[in-house]
Amino acid sequence: MEKVIMGNHAVSYGVQLARVQVIAAYPITPQTQVVEMLSEFCADGLLDAKFIKVESEHSVMAAVVGASIAGARAFTATSSHGLALMHEVLHWASGGRLPIVMANVNRALGPGWNVWTEQTDSLAQRDTGWIQLYCETNQEVLDMVIQAYKIAETVLLPVMLVLDAFVLSHTEEPVDIPDQAAVDRFLPPYQPKFRLQPGNPCSFYGLVAPEHWMELRYKMQRAMEQAVEVTQQVGAEFGQVFGRPYDVVEKYRMEDAEIVLVTSGSIVGTSREVVDELRAQGQRVGLLKMRMFRPFPFVAVREALAGVKKVAVIDRNISYGHGGIFASELKAALYGMPNPPTVFPFIIGLGGRDVTPQSIHKIVQYTQQYDKPAEEIIWMEVKR
Amino acid sequence: MIEVRIHGRGGQGAVIASKVLADAAFREGRYVQSFPSFGVERRGAPVAAFTRIDDRPVRIRCQIYHPDHVMVLDPSLMQVVDVTAGLKEGGWILINSEQPPESFGLSSRFRVATVDANRIAIKYHLGPRTAPIVNTAILGAFARITGIVSLEAVTEAVREAVPVKPEDNVAATKEAYESVVVNREHNYEQ
Repeated sequence: MEKVIMGNHAVSYGVQLARVQVIAAYPITPQTQVVEMLSEFCADGLLDAKFIKVESEHSVMAAVVGASIAGARAFTATSSHGLALMHEVLHWASGGRLPIVMANVNRALGPGWNVWTEQTDSLAQRDTGWIQLYCETNQEVLDMVIQAYKIAETVLLPVMLVLDAFVLSHTEEPVDIPDQAAVDRFLPPYQPKFRLQPGNPCSFYGLVAPEHWMELRYKMQRAMEQAVEVTQQVGAEFGQVFGRPYDVVEKYRMEDAEIVLVTSGSIVGTSREVVDELRAQGQRVGLLKMRMFRPFPFVAVREALAGVKKVAVIDRNISYGHGGIFASELKAALYGMPNPPTVFPFIIGLGGRDVTPQSIHKIVQYTQQYDKPAEEIIWMEVKR
Repeated sequence: MIEVRIHGRGGQGAVIASKVLADAAFREGRYVQSFPSFGVERRGAPVAAFTRIDDRPVRIRCQIYHPDHVMVLDPSLMQVVDVTAGLKEGGWILINSEQPPESFGLSSRFRVATVDANRIAIKYHLGPRTAPIVNTAILGAFARITGIVSLEAVTEAVREAVPVKPEDNVAATKEAYESVVVNREHNYEQ
């Protein structure tokens, strides 16, 4: 059934279809509509889940961790300061190898107060052991919730799926809501290997001495590495069943491209329009959409960018003292490649400043004009 | 692609209007996108909402700077907001007002229409008398003057979107469709 819905409700429908059993939540703009709708689903009997209200995001993640340890399929959504407050417990989720799924609506971190989109909140959680997947459309948001549980429950790591504040979260567009029976066949109930049960007492989160610690971390890294292939397999299988295949990156009009735009989230859609315009003029410009940020899809990125002369990375985020986060990760991924492309690191659209087709045209023009970037960070549309 | 901007005040239903318009076009097989102005809305404060309608998927994700048409849910906004900002030549400005279109003194580059959506909304008890909810009425007038969506599609979308008094809202949509007044120099597109 196709319906016109907002990105936040695309998350809610995905959670309903995934038959999530426990939801804990604390409201924060621009995420609140996700859990509002889920609370209505629970109250109206449309979703057989326990909805737990708590007093902070730190407690949200603690409640979701507890539910997951008990063997439930668990979910929450948050944004910005809420995600920052969860930081400590994010490690308890990933270190506990719990297949929790969380939607994070990208929003800038204060001060000053800003409720608009920026990826710095999620990217700042880069090293917490969560898989991170960035969405371009409301359809992708809904589809990703369903795939996220399958990925998480296969590799036993939590998944953060990420959507832009307002540009997706509050934007209404047609979304195909899959049939419950088809989703049930694609995503069977979660079968935990170990879980907390009163009849079979066991302990979780005990002391781990140096003797065993490194092995646990090694296994987490191996699970992260495995997650690339699992995400590709799950995305391909999703395509077979629902007609919409997904991969860890997507190459758009990259044939013979001399300049490739690399970006993520909702900027991808606007960039597609610009690439089509430039291609119509005979310009060899392509686009690489980054869906997966953690684990970083090294192989797919290197394969996609082999032979390309220039890469313009469009970051809506910043690591202060370094630069755009996708750009620096991409540079690391390209290190050691024969004849690697020159990377042009652009920062644009922080705190929800609008990114228009004209913005993307300016980025392409800069990349065409210079042999290499004139600065470490190319700031776009900033008042200096 | 057709781009529409709706000006209102918080509480008048501008955001719902943008969604209902999108949903109506979607029901007629078009691709759509609608969104509010990405601000921090407050009751009574000026707000805007936007709708894109196209024959292929809408991939662009920025705000609308050059709308094809504009709706104004509260005529007092005409003194506060430049409702014609970026409006394309020949575009419609549809104003909720009991005054004739000529009374607004707008440039002849635009087509102007008015509909007394306050009176209609009050008649059908949509919202309080002091702050009627005029969104479903003005969409009927919009369907009539632009022909972008049919009255039937709008009324179907209204029934789906409005949880309270759906039939009264539909009646308001129909009455506005019948009673919209256009600038003497302009004709309907259909």
